[in-house]
Amino acid sequence: MIEFCGVGKTYAGGTVAVEDFSYTVQANSLVVLVGSSGSGKTTLLRMVNRMVEPTAGSVLIDGRDVAGLDRVRLRRSIGYVLQAGGLLPHRTIADNVATVPVLNGTRRREARSAVVGLLERVGLDPSCAERYPSQLSGGQQQRVGVARALAADPDILLMDEPFGAVDPIVRRELQDELRRLQRELGKTILLVTHDIDEAFRVGDEVVVLKERGVTAQVGTPADILAHPADAFVRSFVGADRAERRLRTTDVDGRRVLVDDDGRPAGVLVAAEERRTAP
Amino acid sequence: MNLLLEAAAWLADAAHWTGPGSVPVRVLEHLWVTALVVGAAAVVAIPTGVWVGHTGRGRTAVIAFAGAARAVPTLGLLTLLGLWLGIGLGAPLLALVVLAVPSLLAGAYSGVESVDGTTTSAARAIGMSEWQIVTRVELPLAAPVILGGVRAATLQVIATATLAAYIADAGLGRFLFNGLKSRDYAQMLAGALLVTLIALLFEVLLAAAQRRAARAARPAGQKSTSPSNPVFPKGPS
Amino acid sequence: MTWFSHAWGWVLELTWAHLWLSLPAILLSVAIAVPVGRLAFRRPGLGGALLSGSSLLYSIPALPLLIIVPAVFGVPLRSSATIIIALTVYGAALMVRTAADAFASVDSHVREAAIAVGHAPRELFWKVDLPLAVPVLVAGLRVVTVSTVGLVTIGALIGVPSLGTLFTDGFQRGIVAEVATGLIATVVLALALDGLCLLAGRALTPWRRAVEGAGA
Repeated sequence: MIEFCGVGKTYAGGTVAVEDFSYTVQANSLVVLVGSSGSGKTTLLRMVNRMVEPTAGSVLIDGRDVAGLDRVRLRRSIGYVLQAGGLLPHRTIADNVATVPVLNGTRRREARSAVVGLLERVGLDPSCAERYPSQLSGGQQQRVGVARALAADPDILLMDEPFGAVDPIVRRELQDELRRLQRELGKTILLVTHDIDEAFRVGDEVVVLKERGVTAQVGTPADILAHPADAFVRSFVGADRAERRLRTTDVDGRRVLVDDDGRPAGVLVAAEERRTAP
Repeated sequence: MNLLLEAAAWLADAAHWTGPGSVPVRVLEHLWVTALVVGAAAVVAIPTGVWVGHTGRGRTAVIAFAGAARAVPTLGLLTLLGLWLGIGLGAPLLALVVLAVPSLLAGAYSGVESVDGTTTSAARAIGMSEWQIVTRVELPLAAPVILGGVRAATLQVIATATLAAYIADAGLGRFLFNGLKSRDYAQMLAGALLVTLIALLFEVLLAAAQRRAARAARPAGQKSTSPSNPVFPKGPS
Repeated sequence: MTWFSHAWGWVLELTWAHLWLSLPAILLSVAIAVPVGRLAFRRPGLGGALLSGSSLLYSIPALPLLIIVPAVFGVPLRSSATIIIALTVYGAALMVRTAADAFASVDSHVREAAIAVGHAPRELFWKVDLPLAVPVLVAGLRVVTVSTVGLVTIGALIGVPSLGTLFTDGFQRGIVAEVATGLIATVVLALALDGLCLLAGRALTPWRRAVEGAGA
């Protein structure tokens, strides 16, 4: 469980990144902070592992104030996934994945023996273990980034725009796998993105941020889509989506949703094959 | 520090400031040799470098030449030419010119080459002749880098002109070699300090000139390479 | 050629002496320049002063520096120590800027990721910053190596034996072959050490070859 208790961040020059933010990420849930640039979402994420120190309020993990914990040890106890994986270009995939266990003092050989399982878990062929990051595709690098974050078996994963650098098709694939991993491993995940579709696709709960960490709305994707709190959320979510009137029409025996202009918007499916897509 | 005091005493001695071979004479000789050599080398190297940078022809040769020249020990070149041309100023002058050329050439070449290709294309498109492109576009924009080459070459020549005294009766190096021969450390050190002073003075002046040229070339305050950068490491001297 | 046929033993001896003046100076230069360069990179305010200072040190002519070193460090003029100290000053001054550039060349995104997963400051330096700075550091090392090997010859003027002795001795005795031999031997030694630096740089950066191999 991660608690933000009235946190704020004002930089020395007077720039306010976050005014006053409170929120609790429940254990074993996947929460998405979504907002455009300037919303303070990354600043909030970085407060959790003390990459940024709040100038007001505090962040608690399982009831303990992170300000009282050793920074380096705290960071090693939390999985962190960055855009494009944030891999070390001079280390092989295996060494990248084993980074945190090795930093924690596990012998290199021992740490590397766990690598195969981790790579398989994130859907990578273990034969890539001895290659360098630059020899992998963007999507593969991203998966390695997730494997590295999982290597020390942390309770918490922080993800900073994790799928920002890959193309849309791969992004969807990675988003679906994140859901799968979350179901299998039951980690507490806090993910930051500017992409509302991504937020709705992966989040159990979504926090929509305005500027400087001001919360516009908190809720499940369905809640937010059904009842946008205000004009800001409505426009952020996509005015046409919230306002769109859909009706069904039959195409080759399947029920297709179309909007007022007759453009297809999706397919209606039976409940048992339903997915959580918004 | 006692040694430095002795050198200061040597410098303060009025006898060393008048007559042939005195401090002012040696300083003037040193500066005269430096000016002559840098001037002669510039006449050859800068137009060549600009031509190479403008046309792109012979760039591999220029890079290879500038690189190889760095590995040649100055004293070796100086003594070799000294044996061929005999005692006197001829050998050191020739050696110094040979040593100054690579820095000047590299500065002129890389300065012109670094000018944005779209800028020169634009100049061509609005109807400038090749000559006008070189003189009105490339040279002003390349000036800071060309001056960087002049700075490196000048410092190198000031330094090497000291060695020239080994085979010619000229320049501040004479105090060093006289002192070495007669084991007069005060004289040696005084000469060394004088050369150092001149070198530092030129370094500061030329760095300032380079900064000014950089400001003139990029008035909007765009970032350029810092002028204090010894872009062209001087060769052994 | 007749000169070389009876003097080659001496040439070898001088080459050996030359090497033992060059190597300590080169290694000390690196040992000083890398931490100072990193400091200059980490503290840009202080860094500006450090870089200007090193640029001034570098503009002191070599022979005068050899003569100033004993006065400042209290070592005898005709000694290896004088040569090694003077060339270390030069090498370090020349390499500080490259070292600062080398650390600046490390992708800040990578450095940040390394901090985020829990590298302590010292681990960040040894495991991330230093290895990633190697390519630029090696480029600087190569310039220092070639320059140092050449400058060692100046020591012959104050009576410290090296390949430069062939220049002074050959000049005084009027033997062109002797001077030419010194010239060639110095250049060959410089290029050989330069080649070693190049190979060492390749061995230390296997990930760069992997990229080239993949055609990326």
